[in-house]
Amino acid sequence: MALEIGELSASAAKTRGIDWLGLAVGIAILVVAPFLIYPVFLIKLLCMALFACAFNLMIGGGGLLSFGHAAFFGGGAYIAAETAKNFGFPFEFALLAGVASATFLGFLFGVIAIRRQGLFFAMITLALAQAVYFLALRLPFTHSEDGIQAVPRGWLFGVVDLKDNFAMYYVTAAIFLAGYLLVARVWKSPFGQVLRAIKDNQPRMISLGYPVDRYKLMNFVLSAALSGLAGSLKAMGLGLATLTDVDFTTSIAVVLMVLLGGMGTLLGPVVGAIISVSMDDYLAGIGIPVPVVIGVIFVVIILVFRRGIVGEVVHYWRKWQARKPATRA
Amino acid sequence: MSATALFGQLLLGLINGSFYAMLSLGLAIIFGLLAIVNAAQGAFYMLGAFIAWMLFQYLGIGYWASFVLAPLAVAIIGMILERTLIRRVYNLDHLYGLLLTLGLFQIIQGMFVHWYGTSGQPYDYPDILTGGHNLGFMFLPTYRAWVVVASLIFCFGTWYAIEKTRLGAYLRAATENPTLVRAFGINVPMLVTLAFGGGVALAGLAGVLAAPIYQVNPLMGGNILTTVFAVVVVGGFGSILGAIVTGLALGVLEGFSKVFYPEASNMVIFAVMIVVLMIKPAGLFGRER
Repeated sequence: MALEIGELSASAAKTRGIDWLGLAVGIAILVVAPFLIYPVFLIKLLCMALFACAFNLMIGGGGLLSFGHAAFFGGGAYIAAETAKNFGFPFEFALLAGVASATFLGFLFGVIAIRRQGLFFAMITLALAQAVYFLALRLPFTHSEDGIQAVPRGWLFGVVDLKDNFAMYYVTAAIFLAGYLLVARVWKSPFGQVLRAIKDNQPRMISLGYPVDRYKLMNFVLSAALSGLAGSLKAMGLGLATLTDVDFTTSIAVVLMVLLGGMGTLLGPVVGAIISVSMDDYLAGIGIPVPVVIGVIFVVIILVFRRGIVGEVVHYWRKWQARKPATRA
Repeated sequence: MSATALFGQLLLGLINGSFYAMLSLGLAIIFGLLAIVNAAQGAFYMLGAFIAWMLFQYLGIGYWASFVLAPLAVAIIGMILERTLIRRVYNLDHLYGLLLTLGLFQIIQGMFVHWYGTSGQPYDYPDILTGGHNLGFMFLPTYRAWVVVASLIFCFGTWYAIEKTRLGAYLRAATENPTLVRAFGINVPMLVTLAFGGGVALAGLAGVLAAPIYQVNPLMGGNILTTVFAVVVVGGFGSILGAIVTGLALGVLEGFSKVFYPEASNMVIFAVMIVVLMIKPAGLFGRER
């Protein structure tokens, strides 16, 4: 029995075009949100949501579970922070530098890890990410425990001053939306179809002549690049890049978000990120150990609702729809 | 470079290597029967050390009793978790087993960090193993010699039990074809539970052995887990002896790099892993599944 993923994605692939109503509602929420909630918290939330979408691209598309995505998130964060603070890169170039480094790292990881699947893929990515963590601990520019602090946000295209939290928020929201739509687009593309087919039956795709490993590698690199974008954006928005960003806990956090929301569903990672980030924030205030809660959620999801929140909703909605007698006859 | 420092680091490497060997050996046994990678293995290692420490701290029970009691307690905790939770994911994709045990790892480690902080608790050497011998080329602390000897005995004892005894034969048969073995009237679910208990008890035993050398720290399990995963990737899951040899060899290699290039000592095992994946993706002793 395979991982319970890609339920929604398969149907989303059938409906061509964009769900305009959903998009309008999403944009409305993004526009209104900073008037109700502290913008810096929302910036963090959207960065994690984008990270979760990037992670989901890989598990939903390729069926590959990575335990090392913090390396791309944190790697991007460090490079963006370093280039913005010490090389004087403007905002957009610092982001680009972060994405480029994460892409490169993703390529390296991919070339090595794609040789194995399933459990071994997860263990290899974890080990590689740990190597990146040790690098971040040792290299001089990352300042070990202190991290890179007080990173200036700078100006967007030299026009918009990002010191203002609202300006920074709307830039973050725009980038998040672009990333989300990119994931949706990839999913519906022929490239996405091939990935799903590989996930379902790899030997058949090999015999049909598809360069399976190259497809998986491209997907992995794309996912790493988006994770790097999320990390860079976080470093710029919150003004710091630390060891936590490359830590194992961050790799776990993103797995949890996607698992909680629903692997392979488009909206799932966003829902998972909202719950998980808010929960961290809330629990930190009342002194319940966060890892224990995260562990319990892991166990409950895997034993009780493996499709995740969005996945379960879709599943029961479908069942309910199927039970209804056809009215069109 | 003094010879004393070199041999000292090599000995420490050998000790770390024997811990890697015991943990990855436990992983290999569990993987063989349950087809899951037990991400909680590091937590059971930490539990072994902590139970020994708690037995002394709260009940005044010394090292030698803990040496038996702590792995036993770890095995019982492991078997309870296997019976109640882990059993439920056997028919699912193997990744769910990894995620579930990862959740268990977070719970166990999180609770101990919450109760005891991350600073680490000291645990004394047993009386008769204090001191050491001057071998001329190096100073050999008695306890460290004991750790190496004890872990080798347990590693090869496990190998013997699996390869040469009747119970081991059942175990190997159940790994190959559980349905058929069950048809012969052997209680395979019980065998699976026992294998899980045995696998985690090895980690618990390594924890007890490690307690006097390193401090008893709630984070010790997480630190060793990633390294043990890399060791498993290098060795592959194919053979029991392979797991032992790979663990020891990589530990010694790590010790060597501490002498010659300390900055890279954390990285050397991961570097070996990358090279092995490039040349032989299934691992040195692995079979491609």
